[in-house]
Amino acid sequence: MAYTEKDKVTQERLVSIAADWYGQMAGGQVPSITLPTRTKANIEYDAKTEVWKYGSKGTTRTANSAKSALHILKMAYVVGFLKQQLNESRSSTLREMYYISEGWKRAKFAAQDESNMLVEDLEIVTKLSREAFHLRPEEDGASIYGPLHLREQTKRGNRDIHCQENVGEAGYPIPSNVENIKFLDHDASFIIAMETGGMYARLMENGFDEEHNAILLHLKGQPARSTRRMLKRMNNELGIPVVIFTDGDPWSYRIFASIAYGSIKAAHMSDILVTPAARFIGVQPSDISDYNLPSDTLTEGDTAALKAILTDPRFDTEYWRHQIRLQLEIGLKSEQQAFASRGLDYVTKEYLPTRLSEMGIL
Amino acid sequence: MAIAEKLASQQKSISVAEFFEKNKHLLGFDSPTRGIITTIKEAIDNSLDACEEAEVLPDIWVSITKLTKETIRIAVEDNGPGIVPDNVPYVFGKLLYGSRFHQIRQSRGQQGIGISAAVLFAQLTTGVPARVISRTGADKPAYLFDLMIRTEKNEPEIIRKEEYNWDRTHGTRIELEFTGSLAAKRRLIDYLKYTAVVNPHARIQADIDGEWHSFERVSDEIIVSPQAIAPHPYGIEFGTLKRMAAISKDNVHEFLITGFSRVGLKSADQMLKIAGIKGTRKAKGLSSEHLKTLLAAMQEVDVPPPPASLCLSPITEEMIVQGLEKEFELDFVKARTRKAQVFSGHPFIVEAAIGYGGKLDQEGQALLLRFANRVPLLYQQGACAVTNAIAGINWRSYNISQQSLPIGPILLLVHVASTNVPFTSESKDAIAAIPEIEKEITLALQDLGRELKNFINKRDRNKLAEDRARAVCSIIPDIATKVAEIVELPPPDISPIEGQIMRRVVAKKKTEDGMVGVSVTNYTRKPIEVMVYSLSEDNQEEAVPKPDFIDVIGSEFNAVWRITIEPESAWKATYPGKGRGTIDIRGVDEKMKVVVDLDGIY
Repeated sequence: MAYTEKDKVTQERLVSIAADWYGQMAGGQVPSITLPTRTKANIEYDAKTEVWKYGSKGTTRTANSAKSALHILKMAYVVGFLKQQLNESRSSTLREMYYISEGWKRAKFAAQDESNMLVEDLEIVTKLSREAFHLRPEEDGASIYGPLHLREQTKRGNRDIHCQENVGEAGYPIPSNVENIKFLDHDASFIIAMETGGMYARLMENGFDEEHNAILLHLKGQPARSTRRMLKRMNNELGIPVVIFTDGDPWSYRIFASIAYGSIKAAHMSDILVTPAARFIGVQPSDISDYNLPSDTLTEGDTAALKAILTDPRFDTEYWRHQIRLQLEIGLKSEQQAFASRGLDYVTKEYLPTRLSEMGIL
Repeated sequence: MAIAEKLASQQKSISVAEFFEKNKHLLGFDSPTRGIITTIKEAIDNSLDACEEAEVLPDIWVSITKLTKETIRIAVEDNGPGIVPDNVPYVFGKLLYGSRFHQIRQSRGQQGIGISAAVLFAQLTTGVPARVISRTGADKPAYLFDLMIRTEKNEPEIIRKEEYNWDRTHGTRIELEFTGSLAAKRRLIDYLKYTAVVNPHARIQADIDGEWHSFERVSDEIIVSPQAIAPHPYGIEFGTLKRMAAISKDNVHEFLITGFSRVGLKSADQMLKIAGIKGTRKAKGLSSEHLKTLLAAMQEVDVPPPPASLCLSPITEEMIVQGLEKEFELDFVKARTRKAQVFSGHPFIVEAAIGYGGKLDQEGQALLLRFANRVPLLYQQGACAVTNAIAGINWRSYNISQQSLPIGPILLLVHVASTNVPFTSESKDAIAAIPEIEKEITLALQDLGRELKNFINKRDRNKLAEDRARAVCSIIPDIATKVAEIVELPPPDISPIEGQIMRRVVAKKKTEDGMVGVSVTNYTRKPIEVMVYSLSEDNQEEAVPKPDFIDVIGSEFNAVWRITIEPESAWKATYPGKGRGTIDIRGVDEKMKVVVDLDGIY
């Protein structure tokens, strides 16, 4: 990777954090840094971009306690490391940086979580993404399958790929840096993103993609940043509608929220990661009784999570309040594969077409 | 023979000695291990009481020797006034023989049972007579006695009595042989330690089977022995009144005034009026009926509480603190002596102390030290009013965790001094649940609890300050180095930051836009008075505020300001110039000051 103009800007922003600390200390002040408070209580809806972002509440860390001083020291080491990495046009993964910190004596990370949090803090302060720091994410992107033709710029040259015709049954795996993809052409009328691999395979086997010109996307649980970025770009640049198909339980609704509203952990990245137009197709709590789905009773943890959702500002809509209250009332949850109880074709022939036409997509 | 007659032939009086021989547990001799502690306790109580009465500083020597696998010899020796030879056999060889039973004042022993019970116990287990040596003065010989108790008669039996060549000028020594073991050694040492805590005027030395323990004297103040007082009209029992009246030669009016404490002319008149008895009648001649009405009338009239300062001798707050500090290493110790109060006509004083931290056990329940009339209570902690009162306090409100008793490195001392300590039993292990006493204990400990809370809060704050200081001393220099490396500049001077966090006085000089600023910030907790010296080529005559003194040495101006700065505030002077020269402050400790020239940094 060559040292680009973009890298220069990144480096300047990182160094300016250190320069602030330098100025504070030279002026006889204890070094400090102010960051937005990263909790549910401090995310706000931005009407212009239609996504949830951090609000105005800030937390200042001042190095006048051992804990905070150590935090700032670690941050300084990360800034120093990233500056050098940009200088040398190298890149590394978060995990690699975690191991590199072994040599930082006192500033070494106690756990991977800590380095992740620090990098997120730096993203917030610099208003840049970790990719700009030349930090590659660890997690795999999910896979897609459907009528989409794209060009991926790889380290070994450009590759043109059709995500239906020249990929295997596993589909096209989304690379970690989605910015390296150029969309060439598509013939899709909507994208359906699914929580489980079983449903992804079911739709593929039943030929749902061909029958409805759909792009199938496997979220692999809580979606990685690259998956969310891919969804955002397909929706934004190609104008393809996005629907999300998950299990009918509180943890799955949070998957939907992180795609459509933004996650609390990465609210500073909402602008590039969130697809506000994404819509929830199911499994809806009302489906459980409407389709008489096989179900499990809610655990204590499920009930608590549902109640927490009722106080989550992202879910403060008529639709969600109704569905969550209904689920608390019936006390049941169902998996998306529960439709199999009515035959393997039921989900592709009956449920999804019905829901899609209800939503005005088909 | 009729049953009644048959029974009558078996009915006979029982001597008190025989009774206690069968009921040893009532006196604290229920097991051989406990017997040793009770014996030493009784002997030391007697020694301390005797020394107090004679107004000498007690020197007590205790020795415990293992003679065979099962027999132990105990010896306790004191420097007290001694006992006249004629009385020695009765003091040690007759139960219920004593000088203090009929007196109303605070003393350790009361009934005259303790030491003779020990003699009885020794005689029961080994059959070896008790040996007593006593001397009442340098001009008198010492006598040695070998004594036993005739249990069926409760009378002493003198086995041997002879003059003895003793190196002490006055004092008493008792030797007893028991069957028993040293299993309770730990508790015995505790007993000695606790006794030393509440008797800081005593020196106690103990040789426990070759193990030497010494509890030094911390106070040379001789304790004034409490005086006996007349009984108080409140709470006196009918029998006592009847006995007192029977031996009186006065008329009833005089009898009430002289026979009872705090009864004056007026209150005596009132009592007689209510009872409907003429004051001129002889007290001796009153019938039981009359005495009963008089007793009732006595309870109705307002009489001030008994003169506690005369008959009670509290240890005092200062002495408790000294005693605890001597025997325990503590981070915090505070004591309270409450005002005298009364229950059922008996005056009492509650004293309490709380110790915290130091070498006390960090976990587990608080260490509880209970005392009654300066005697440690070692057994039946659970049945004691002291324990009750402590468990009834909400310790959590003083930031102390609690499981019935408080938990943590805490020591609680409670001393109840009274002319009549209400024990739950004759073995004097636990104080009975008297509401008046429990209330006083609670109030004393609550007061101390608040002080402990303040101490803990302050200590936590200091801990926080230490934490901050550590961060500065070790981490901030690393931050400075790393940050300087990133911005490619020399490391900044972090001494003012240190001054701020370490709570010191920081003097700074900084020049900006042709104006030199000299500032002094007081980060300490106290106001400071300092002299600020500024030596510079810049003309400081135009400085604001004006220097108190200015001197020109060659081309340099030497300006001096004398200033007072309140805690957490700053003083500043400015003058036009280039910022050459140096500054310094005087009037604060070198360790407390930080002087920084910010003009030399960039």
